[in-house]
Amino acid sequence: MIHTYKMHGTNMVLDVNSGSVHVFDDISYDVIQCYDQDGNPDEERISDLLSIYDEQDIKDARAEIENLKNKNLLFTVDPYQKMLPEWTKKTVIKALCLHIAHDCNLRCSYCFAGTGEYMGHRSLMSLEVGKRAIDFLIENSGNRRNLEVDFFGGEPLLNFDVVKEIVYYARSREKEANKKFRFTITTNALLLDEEKSAFINEHMHNVVLSLDGRKEINDAVRKRVDGTGSYDRILPRALKMANERKNKEYYVRGTFTQKNLDFGKDVLHLADVGFDQISIEPVVAEDGSGLEIREEDLNTIFNEYEELAKEYVHRRKSGKWFNFFHFMVDLEGGPCIAKRLRGCGSGTEYLAVTPQGDLYPCHQFVGKSEFLLGNIFDGLKDNTVRDKFAECNVYTKPECNSCWAKFYCSGGCAANAYQFNKDIKIPYKIGCELEKKRVECAIWIKAQESGED
Amino acid sequence: MKHIKTINKSTLNQDIKKAGCGECQTSCQSACKTSCTVANQKCERK
Repeated sequence: MIHTYKMHGTNMVLDVNSGSVHVFDDISYDVIQCYDQDGNPDEERISDLLSIYDEQDIKDARAEIENLKNKNLLFTVDPYQKMLPEWTKKTVIKALCLHIAHDCNLRCSYCFAGTGEYMGHRSLMSLEVGKRAIDFLIENSGNRRNLEVDFFGGEPLLNFDVVKEIVYYARSREKEANKKFRFTITTNALLLDEEKSAFINEHMHNVVLSLDGRKEINDAVRKRVDGTGSYDRILPRALKMANERKNKEYYVRGTFTQKNLDFGKDVLHLADVGFDQISIEPVVAEDGSGLEIREEDLNTIFNEYEELAKEYVHRRKSGKWFNFFHFMVDLEGGPCIAKRLRGCGSGTEYLAVTPQGDLYPCHQFVGKSEFLLGNIFDGLKDNTVRDKFAECNVYTKPECNSCWAKFYCSGGCAANAYQFNKDIKIPYKIGCELEKKRVECAIWIKAQESGED
Repeated sequence: MKHIKTINKSTLNQDIKKAGCGECQTSCQSACKTSCTVANQKCERK
């Protein structure tokens, strides 16, 4: 399978199964359009190109295409599916999302957690639950050494003393359990102060700082409890934290909705004010909420991604480097193919823990009783739901199996699939379209940064 | 080659026999939380 597309005058050709990326000139690009997905040329269609191009040029282009085929860089077959039983036979739990606080000091209108309480009641995780979650993770992680714990909410800074004690407890168990914990915290930064920042910088592998971009965009949806905007309070705190991270990871992370389809301006705004690790993502909101991304918005968003990609390359070449999360792709390395087939690991390797200790497939399923997996004290009760998640990979989802982007998005988000299709194996179509465009942009950027203009 | 420039020869199936150690980061623990992108993650061995 190959995928071809044009972007800003560059003809891109991706060989899906090998991951090889090529830039074609106009002749070779028109020639390869005459091949089927198995690499067989349609001689009649190629003959038609004689009215446009010189015969020798067409012959040369064909020879180059054949050369790449012979080198297994074009029209390669899928060698991975037969390995699937080996890669999926056993999974252990290696990451937990701890819902430290089912409460929040913001009232963001698009939040999938309601107003932070996940459609339940407001509550904070106790230290007892937090410690038991660490024990549960160690007990269920088999031989995996690297374990991840994400402090999430609601707003985890509302329960920061417990965060600290959980970190200390996990660290105290690392040596005897032969594990290494990596902590991440996702916060709106409102309550960040010197003491909390110092702790986060010392102990957290990554910090995700929530901010949507321009003040008017952020404040229209990310309101404080009293209804006022949050931008002015968040920005200085988030910037200070970003500047203090040094060699540790952070992202400033925002959401765009149908109200700011010009979200590229928000990405650039965040870069302009001083952030260099940026993620702005499409909202996942209910139909009719007034914020959801609609099919009729797609062309506008595609154009916005393409224009952002152009400006991104320009800035990175002119001393204003920044990183946009969804334009990151490592063509030389990146995750192994086994990971690319299975995706994020929700429901299998990755679970969410509520303040009461209940286990769900991921943070976005919390509160949906049909997805309750068990409790950290009593263990995983019924494997029926987990088995359904374990069955998810790009080959068991028909829409993914035939998609050129399957080894980049890895089957998409199960929570989105369930929200829109009530089936974790049927991907959320709008999400797929956006993901494909982002991958196209990411690969195009690689071509530009490799010296191809 | 005259007509085609190869940007990336490195292939996904290079490490097929070593794949699946599982030590890498879970995708949703990075920045996304709502829109899974796996290809921008790192391999723990590289």
